[in-house]
Amino acid sequence: MSRWASDFILVWILRALAAVSGVIVFLIAAFLALESFPVLRHVGIAVFFTDNGWHPIDKLYNLSPMLLGSLLSMAGSVLVATPLGILSAVFCQYYAPPFLARQFRRLIELLAGIPSVVYGLWGLVVLAPIINRIHPPGQCLLTGIAILTIMILPTIALMADASFASVPKQFTHGAAALGLTRLGTLRHIILPAARSGLFTGVILETGRAIGETMAVLMVCGNVVQVPGSLFDSMRTLTANIALEMAYAHGDHRSALFVSGLILMVVIVLLAVAAEILSKGQIYE
Amino acid sequence: MRNINANVFKTLRQVFAISAAMFLLRHGNIAAEEELTGKLVLTGSSTIAPLASELGKRFEKQHPKVRVDVQTGGSSRGVADARKGLAEIGMASRAANDDEKELKFFTIATDGVCVILNKDNPVQALTDEHVAKIYTGKITNWKDVGGNDAPITVVNKAEGRSTLELFCHYYKLKNSDIKAHVVVGDNEQDIKTCAGNANAIAYVSIGTAQSDADEGVAIKLLPMNGVDATVENVRLGKFPLSRPLNYVLKSEPTGLPKAFIEFSQAKEQYDIVKENFFVPLGK
Repeated sequence: MSRWASDFILVWILRALAAVSGVIVFLIAAFLALESFPVLRHVGIAVFFTDNGWHPIDKLYNLSPMLLGSLLSMAGSVLVATPLGILSAVFCQYYAPPFLARQFRRLIELLAGIPSVVYGLWGLVVLAPIINRIHPPGQCLLTGIAILTIMILPTIALMADASFASVPKQFTHGAAALGLTRLGTLRHIILPAARSGLFTGVILETGRAIGETMAVLMVCGNVVQVPGSLFDSMRTLTANIALEMAYAHGDHRSALFVSGLILMVVIVLLAVAAEILSKGQIYE
Repeated sequence: MRNINANVFKTLRQVFAISAAMFLLRHGNIAAEEELTGKLVLTGSSTIAPLASELGKRFEKQHPKVRVDVQTGGSSRGVADARKGLAEIGMASRAANDDEKELKFFTIATDGVCVILNKDNPVQALTDEHVAKIYTGKITNWKDVGGNDAPITVVNKAEGRSTLELFCHYYKLKNSDIKAHVVVGDNEQDIKTCAGNANAIAYVSIGTAQSDADEGVAIKLLPMNGVDATVENVRLGKFPLSRPLNYVLKSEPTGLPKAFIEFSQAKEQYDIVKENFFVPLGK
């Protein structure tokens, strides 16, 4: 086989593989749309935001409390996990003695590898009873945020660690030569230089937080309502699908695919927002 | 000697063949004579699934060419799958609804649903009216029913679960009227919530609850109308909140499904039913 021919074959194999990965997303979107279509045709899209509650068996399909639930738990956990993760990476890269940093990194990697159902079980039997003593019922938005925070912390911590590590050494050396303090170097040299990596980390953790199902199902209480406080039970869109899919048929089943569709729209919106926010700011 | 022996064998064989034929004729079970082969798919109630799966394993041992595949998904799915023909046998942990009369239901065991509390809750019994009022949010503190001064955590099941259907039917509640603080998927999650929350109230299968309570999980099963929530009382038909565990078929069964239904209902399998904390059909 000539070199040209083997290159030709390789390129086409790569193109085909890339096409497969791309097409999967469209197939999923098409499948969601197709499965949601029956109920959308029967009742329209507006009822999913205006109906008087979520009682699919009585033909009431208001998904907005669950959409809000998803967004609240996501926002809460990202707000807590991001500073924690970035600061732990700062510690790891710039302040910890090397042996401790290595152990610490290994620990965070371990945290990333624990399956979500284990976090859920721990939250259900350990954390929820503790929070219940502060304010019943214990399975609530706060427990959900706490568990999600622990789950997404490794994502942002490891991403931040990796992006700090990739900041060119000349930068820090230059800063040292100019007589900047360690804090000054961090604030004015390293954080701006690592910004794109940190931003990617935030996007990844956000995606994980909104998509998490099993753990939030076990600790959030799953009552369909707009939580009035951190101690109120609430249900996320993902938990709704997992809780009811096995039992649903007809329009109820279709309505669950609508939850999936809305979830997908939210994720697309997040990605678009991230794209707009990052434009001109991250990669100059 | 040899001749006599051969004759005896011949006669014995004939006798055996005739009696076997008579047996089969009487039971109409010709299919069992030819070796059963094929795959049997059961879907539906998560309450019945563990039982069906163990029955399936023993059935596979006796009929090596048969595979029994058990999938969960709730009673509604069991009925829907049987109706659509997606599964040979659906599993439903409830009696037939009015719009399901054209389907064939075969009861293989019964199960009871009872109210559970945390072990440390001083409340020993609740009337039907109390339970209904607690679940509709009219009673929100344990002190109103003779307990501690503490808010009640109401645990409910997700929409579509047969336990929820049975519970609502008995207490004449609508799911939309229930003021729950926590909604869970399956029995074990109910039990873990009650074990971890001293002020929670939930309802679960007696079989599951009793086995967990016996293993030392911090829950207690409340009696109903003075009848203790035990497997024995469900079997005797004394416990008010009980339900049949059914196989659902689209039409009158033949061949493999028929053989499996008869196998599941047979006395020889009562040990499996009991091990799963359900209540066998007969005495």
